[in-house]
Amino acid sequence: MSGKVTSVVFVGVGGQGILLASTIVARAAMLSGHQVKTNEVHGMAQRGGSVIAHVRYGAEVFSPTVPKGTADAFGALEQIEALRYAHYIASDGLAVVNAQSVVPVTVSSGAATYPKDVADRLGRAFKRLVYFDAGERAMELGNIRAANIVLLGALSRGLDLPQEAWVKAIESSVKEKQRDLNLRAFEIGRNIG
Amino acid sequence: MALRELLSGNEAIARGAYEAGVTVATGYPGTPSTEILENVARYKSDIYSEWSPNEKVAFEVAAGASCAGARSIVTMKHVGLNVAADPLMTLSYIGVEGGFVACVADDPGMHSSQNEQDTRQYARFAKIPIFEPADSQEAKDFLMLAMEVSERYQTPVILRSTTRVSHSRSLVELGERKAVQRAIGIEKNPPRFVPIPVWGRAMKQKVTDRLVSMAEEAERSGANRIEVRDKSLGIVTASMAYQYVREVWPEASVLKLGFSYPFPDSLLREFAEGVDRLLIVEELDDFLEEHVKSLGIDCQGREFIPGVGELSVSRLRGSRARMEGREPTALDKKFAEGLPARPPVLCPGCPHRGIFYALGKHDVVVSGDIGCYSLGAFKPLDRMDIILCMGGGVSMAHGFDKAGDRRKVVGIVGDSTFFHSGITGLIDIVYNRGSSTIIVLDNRTTAMTGHQDHPGTGLTLMGDDTRAISIQEVGRACGVGRVSTVNPYDLEETERGIAEELAAEEPSLIVSLAPCPLRERRRVGPVRAIDSDLCKGCKKCLLLGCPAIEFDGDVPKINRHLCGGCGLCEQVCPHDAISSGEGN
Repeated sequence: MSGKVTSVVFVGVGGQGILLASTIVARAAMLSGHQVKTNEVHGMAQRGGSVIAHVRYGAEVFSPTVPKGTADAFGALEQIEALRYAHYIASDGLAVVNAQSVVPVTVSSGAATYPKDVADRLGRAFKRLVYFDAGERAMELGNIRAANIVLLGALSRGLDLPQEAWVKAIESSVKEKQRDLNLRAFEIGRNIG
Repeated sequence: MALRELLSGNEAIARGAYEAGVTVATGYPGTPSTEILENVARYKSDIYSEWSPNEKVAFEVAAGASCAGARSIVTMKHVGLNVAADPLMTLSYIGVEGGFVACVADDPGMHSSQNEQDTRQYARFAKIPIFEPADSQEAKDFLMLAMEVSERYQTPVILRSTTRVSHSRSLVELGERKAVQRAIGIEKNPPRFVPIPVWGRAMKQKVTDRLVSMAEEAERSGANRIEVRDKSLGIVTASMAYQYVREVWPEASVLKLGFSYPFPDSLLREFAEGVDRLLIVEELDDFLEEHVKSLGIDCQGREFIPGVGELSVSRLRGSRARMEGREPTALDKKFAEGLPARPPVLCPGCPHRGIFYALGKHDVVVSGDIGCYSLGAFKPLDRMDIILCMGGGVSMAHGFDKAGDRRKVVGIVGDSTFFHSGITGLIDIVYNRGSSTIIVLDNRTTAMTGHQDHPGTGLTLMGDDTRAISIQEVGRACGVGRVSTVNPYDLEETERGIAEELAAEEPSLIVSLAPCPLRERRRVGPVRAIDSDLCKGCKKCLLLGCPAIEFDGDVPKINRHLCGGCGLCEQVCPHDAISSGEGN
């Protein structure tokens, strides 16, 4: 194998903006001269289900999906989804988890219960954990939908990509009207942890 | 340096069609294939593209274009090829003029499908070539190569993708569009194009002979290559499995197949002779393994490689451990234990919810269909008893009825699937004196696959206005005497409408009409809230299975960021605790 491959996963609930976050990582890696592969979920799984997106970059990448136990960076937009996919992270990987819960219908309908020990489990599941309310930080900018980019900012500290690549990647991935908001959201995240 | 872009496999196939000089492209939406044609539609000044009502029609339109001389593609998911199997089998006989490539995407792991069939079997069945790309660059290159092979041998060709190939992105070098000058117009040559028995028999011979020369081409093709590394283990693989193999067995020699049928037998023999132990790593069926064994070559495969579900680096690491007599390393999933499942659900504000809730009031058999409404099978709605295939909900309802099921039968079909294959079932019910009630969940789009237009929407894939075909008028023209329309956001109207049609002793068609709010990108009405002083905790609202109504043991709350504003919960609440005012 030639050179180290860096693996990133994002997990959450369909509709939380995972795809945009993973696209930005892919573009930032590409702009930094790496070979890049990504994988995303379409179709049925997008309807409010549990979702995962993969990004891998390096000199030579084969599988577009991240092998379990190897993610160098792990971003979760919902906290029980963080636990569901915790086995993806490498032992020294950085996890950034949004302290937010989206109650699944299985809980609302009484078929299952929401675990009471989420924070405790997260602490045990991830050695390097940044755990904060990304939605609340996004609300400082007046838009809760930027939570994904705040989270990405915090996660970017665990990835060896230069600041200017991140900025360019964000600028080329969002609409012009949203650029300023997203760049600020990224900065807020990058200063966390 | 050539321009390189990060493209998904589907975008790359579309780009390949553009660069190969394709002028006609057709398809029917289906995950994971849908984005191929959506991306082809971006080249509208060079390529005519259309969503056809179903895959059989799409296949035939592209086949007609190809027999007239145009380069064409048709796109569909694996189960779509079942619908198009009839024209596929005989197009192999009459052959094509302009290149013809059927781009078919399999779904190992059933991420968004009702079965896990392996399209490679169709290549052998129809005696035509198949190409299997392993990344986006190959997706583009193989489409172009397939187009040339198709023209050289006058045969339809299959390009087989999978969910992971279609929905993974990797870098692709872009090229120019090839100027293809082809005369358009079918030549008068019935022995060539008319497979009545006298000419069809000769065609069968031609198809059989063609396989031999195509196998010779596969032997030499750059799409099949031997990578020599350590010779103690040699692996034959194709498609995405190749990528996993390179990570799990980085030291092994590999025969990577891209032009995988007709089988390149000499290449298989040459590779097998050069290695001590031969392993076949393929996703889904033992397609290659059976063949390699039939050549008398000793190999292993299925005994170590899973044949159910999709492969991955992690699963193949387990296979390697078993081959080497080690215990596979168990993954520590203890943090995921006891977590509540999060299955996909009908979106907040989804109009289908009203129908399923209303159907819950009746003791009926509900035979369903493929689409978002498949999610109506989950609790708490739990109002779908059986699903077979697109359009199957209509005809199976008639079957239940004729079998003498004592309960009334309701068949569910979507708007897009009504045009796909629901109409013939409806005709059958009328013709053969059935009495089923058919409900068309008309949300004015093909929603599950990402909102594609269809014959009922009044818009074409290329963005032109067209005549919107009325489902109600089609129903009447099929001879249904009782055709009605209900607003599924009005529970009282919906429940009454269903009750009336169930009581009728003749076939009926109910069109549940409300556009998909996800496509409209707006709320149906004002955000609702629950007044906790009025709420008695009866949990009736939870029976709607709405993801915006959250409950974890206390009183239900409505998440205002998620609420779709449909107001169904307000209608369901017996204590008037839900309203569009400010709750608490």
